[in-house]
Amino acid sequence: MAREHVIGLEALEAKGWWKTHKWLLLRRASQLSILALFLLGPWAGIWLIKGNLSSSLLLDTVPMTDPYLFVQTLVTGHLPETAAVLGAVIIAVFYMVIGGRVYCAWVCPVNLVTDAAQWLRDRLGISTATRLSHNARYWMLGMTLVVAMVTGGVAWEMINPVSMLHRGLIFGFGLAWAVILAIFLLDLLVSKRAWCGHLCPMGAFYNLLGRASLVRVTAAQRADCNDCMDCYAVCPEPQVIRPALKGAEHNIGPVILDANCTNCGRCIDVCSKDVFRFGVRSNNSSINSPNAGSLSGKTEVLS
Amino acid sequence: MSNTTTNAARRRFLVDMARTATGVALFGVGLGFYARQSTALPAEALRPPGALPEEQFLGACVRCGLCVRDCPFDTLKLSELGDAVATGTPYFTARDVPCEMCDDIPCVVACPTGALDHGLTDIDDARMGVAVLVDQENCLNFLGLRCDVCYRVCPVIDKAITLDLQHNKRSGHHALFIPVVHSEHCTGCGKCEKSCVLPEAAIKVLPTRLARGEAAEHYRLGWEEKRKAGESLVPPDRERQFNLPEGVRYDYQGEGVIFEQGAAPTPEATPFDDDPLKTLNRGLEGR
Repeated sequence: MAREHVIGLEALEAKGWWKTHKWLLLRRASQLSILALFLLGPWAGIWLIKGNLSSSLLLDTVPMTDPYLFVQTLVTGHLPETAAVLGAVIIAVFYMVIGGRVYCAWVCPVNLVTDAAQWLRDRLGISTATRLSHNARYWMLGMTLVVAMVTGGVAWEMINPVSMLHRGLIFGFGLAWAVILAIFLLDLLVSKRAWCGHLCPMGAFYNLLGRASLVRVTAAQRADCNDCMDCYAVCPEPQVIRPALKGAEHNIGPVILDANCTNCGRCIDVCSKDVFRFGVRSNNSSINSPNAGSLSGKTEVLS
Repeated sequence: MSNTTTNAARRRFLVDMARTATGVALFGVGLGFYARQSTALPAEALRPPGALPEEQFLGACVRCGLCVRDCPFDTLKLSELGDAVATGTPYFTARDVPCEMCDDIPCVVACPTGALDHGLTDIDDARMGVAVLVDQENCLNFLGLRCDVCYRVCPVIDKAITLDLQHNKRSGHHALFIPVVHSEHCTGCGKCEKSCVLPEAAIKVLPTRLARGEAAEHYRLGWEEKRKAGESLVPPDRERQFNLPEGVRYDYQGEGVIFEQGAAPTPEATPFDDDPLKTLNRGLEGR
């Protein structure tokens, strides 16, 4: 009998430990260093950045404001000051270029929590039947805006686990840890990747923001795919892979265009055949060229 | 056959969508109620200077904490989940750390959204609340002592709080120095509440909605109107005329009936009588 399939083992044997964990580690480094940057002020008195992910001031000059929160304040009927407008534009443009849900994978502190839940879920072999709709997040997004409009307050911020976790770490938790624990348990015991993959309205907003983003993961070498399914197993939004990876015969380009792709790069890590790489949206020729979508643009001669 | 499959798929799609929408809508209703309830700011929690009216503030504040960071006296705090103040919004408790009323108002400058109104440039114009001397029974000055601490620490001394003299009826020959707050000048900084020497402050900063009443719009204070106009706006009373015998005058609101020389009252007349008519006609009996 064949040995049990271990996710990523094939890649580990083919590429070594570093190359199978490169993007994961870079992502963790990004998440933690952004958090550290915010904590440097309150903990060490070094104020490179003040505030939190909702709105902050970098080096006492550059304002940054969460565009989702900005839209919520607009909906309540308040027109914010220039600093917030500028801050929201800066952040919006940034994610419009590098991918909306890059926020989810590379910045958001809740990702650490839900990834931990998913890791534990895999380790304990928990599988649950509760299925949430992938579109629930858009309903959630609409709901938060409607509630903001009706109550005239930024109601979602009263329970938003994302800002609550970040603000909690920087300014003090109160009972916010309970909300974070609830998210962890939801993902662990109720439904797979329930929060980040199905419910979070922030993810939905950043998804919409990054609909036309430049930086995308591309299945450039999709001809080499050996159907090991490891990329589906590690992907937080597995439904985004198929059209790009298996689209050759339907004349669909190799670039993952689904805005729910978080550009986490885990598929790049875990693929023993190096099918995936980061690329740009425009290099999406459906002709199965091995270098379509390569960010570096260097060409290799087909042998 | 394929038609049936399509129908089933469509049916499942619609049911799934309805299920999701219902779940989210229910959640939204709960969130709405929760949000509505937490608009009731507890009376001890004061917003930073320049804060918009509470309902607008909750829509304008993005909970970033930049005002808290730029407060040099650690007065401001961000509410945490479980606090009675809407989660993530800035507030201060005067009895713990009052507002020091910085001239440059750094908290307002730091606010990226204008939830703290950037139009506030003079801290004396801030209205974070209004101080109210809530306990006249325990206030030392009301007891006739010279505590005066609230008056002395007031950054707007002699305008926002004055000491008004009253007769001390208990001792009979001392004055009471009554601290009186003038809402026109009180910024609600809370220095008075912080420094009240009593274990529980006798003077407290309350949100304006609790601290103040409101006169009806059509009320006019006659003496104010008179001062503004330079003369009384109501016509003077007509001089009253009484039909009295010779040698007798009637002083309305004064002495009453006055007998001029030769018209003395009868000796048996009493100053008061049960019959008001008799009092009115005092001195006229038997004439």
